[in-house]
Amino acid sequence: MKKVLENVYLVLIFIFLFLPIMVLVLFSFNTSSLNIVFEGFTTHWYLDLFQNRTLLEALFNTLLVAGVSTIVSTIIGTISAYGLHKYSFKGKNIVNELLYIPVVIPEIVLGIALLSVYTLLRLELGLFTLILAHICFCIPFVIISVRSVLESIDPHIEEVASDLGASRFQIFAKIIIPMLMPGILSGAQLALTLSLDDVVISYFTAGPGANTLPLQVYSMIKTGITPDVNALITIMLAFVFVILMISTVIQLRRLRKEGAV
Amino acid sequence: MKSKRFWKYFFLVPVIIYVLLLIALPLLYILLISFFKSDYYGGMISTFTIQNYIDVFDQVYISVFLKSFLIAFITTVFCVLISYPFVLAISHKKPRTQKILMTLVMVPFLTNSLIRMYGWLVLLRKSGVINQVLLGVGVIHEPLSLMYNMFGILIGMVYTLLPFMILPLYSSVSTIDPYLLEAANDLGASKIKTFFQIILPQTLPGLFNGSLMVFTPALGYFFIVDILGGGKMMILGNLIKNQFLTARNWPFGAAISIVLVLITSLFILIYRKLGGKMDDLGGA
Repeated sequence: MKKVLENVYLVLIFIFLFLPIMVLVLFSFNTSSLNIVFEGFTTHWYLDLFQNRTLLEALFNTLLVAGVSTIVSTIIGTISAYGLHKYSFKGKNIVNELLYIPVVIPEIVLGIALLSVYTLLRLELGLFTLILAHICFCIPFVIISVRSVLESIDPHIEEVASDLGASRFQIFAKIIIPMLMPGILSGAQLALTLSLDDVVISYFTAGPGANTLPLQVYSMIKTGITPDVNALITIMLAFVFVILMISTVIQLRRLRKEGAV
Repeated sequence: MKSKRFWKYFFLVPVIIYVLLLIALPLLYILLISFFKSDYYGGMISTFTIQNYIDVFDQVYISVFLKSFLIAFITTVFCVLISYPFVLAISHKKPRTQKILMTLVMVPFLTNSLIRMYGWLVLLRKSGVINQVLLGVGVIHEPLSLMYNMFGILIGMVYTLLPFMILPLYSSVSTIDPYLLEAANDLGASKIKTFFQIILPQTLPGLFNGSLMVFTPALGYFFIVDILGGGKMMILGNLIKNQFLTARNWPFGAAISIVLVLITSLFILIYRKLGGKMDDLGGA
């Protein structure tokens, strides 16, 4: 009885979590152009989508921003996590404290602060400022994720490698990075998720030339959203879902290999 | 020796540039302009005045602060109430199932939160799916007002922030020794007693972590209030956004932001005093 109740509850919460997405997916196949009543099945919105340059550009920008900011913040985050772990210097504590700011500060404050500085530096708002902003809020998450793995690495390994004649770069590239891989990957996944999900910071740092999917939807909500947008959302969802499934299967395999499952 | 110094720079210079240029500079600049004066044409006059901070304490703005805190607080409470039974139910599953279910919790995240709010708009509006279904079944005869009010805002907030409570709570629930729960059960402790005497104390770090990660963003998510609140409602996020983009009074917007940062810092200070680890906040 208890088991049944628990399962019912789990199902209800998952319905709650997926409901707004499922409804958008459903309406992408709707013959009516209004997202109100499901009238019949069609795939013609998917064909329309490929005629809609504004939407395709928004999709391209979204993927570009997410891709570039994930790669850059993962590289900088990994190097930095190692540097902050290995070396001590004056002001290290301050650097460590400042790194938490993007994690805990309300996003809107970071958004307007970056906007203000861009204006101060006379940077024109666009894809570059948007990517820079995403890198800004992703790096600390990568550092935290990588650091948690670094702390479990035996420091003697580096000593031994160094005694055997490995250079600092060889140690980092051939020994440290492979050992950090779980932390680097989960940091990268977190960065990608945060970048795809962000609204608030993008809203202030994107500018008219850098329309992304959420910003496009935001501006269309008042005038009415056509189902080709739903089609686009569905395609993106399918795309990221496949990526996530692959990564989960890999992680489950690893768990099984280690005998934990 | 020279190469040793090179590698030290290699590993440290990027993070130092990053911290100075993208974190310290923007925040110090906001602090600076919060003491400037607006010229009412979107520009700023660089003087030193505390007038902006005095203006924050105007009754109108105080009520926005209070309303934001109330919404954020109610959101946090609902997230806690929903998450506890959820993570406990998950923790009773096999490890493999747990892993899959927790991944499923993350999936909605991969669709942008604003787009999911649009999904809620399609569901909740007068002509929306929920009203259509209820009317069709005959449960109601007039469409319900499910949005453009407090209810809509709370649905949006709880929905968007729920995973930020589930993830830390789940990771602290999974550290509880199952034998402890078994022992409590064998010794005849009731479910309620087990919860308050074992589960709650052991999951406090996760609870504090989750509360911070739900409460703070809830103060700023202007787009949820815009979409599901219908423009009449205003939280701190809308207020700051308007000062920067509509009213174009940057100094005043900056002053509100600084006050918001100070209040947030206070919460973080409490979290740390209670033994919370900062790294855990970034593990969501």
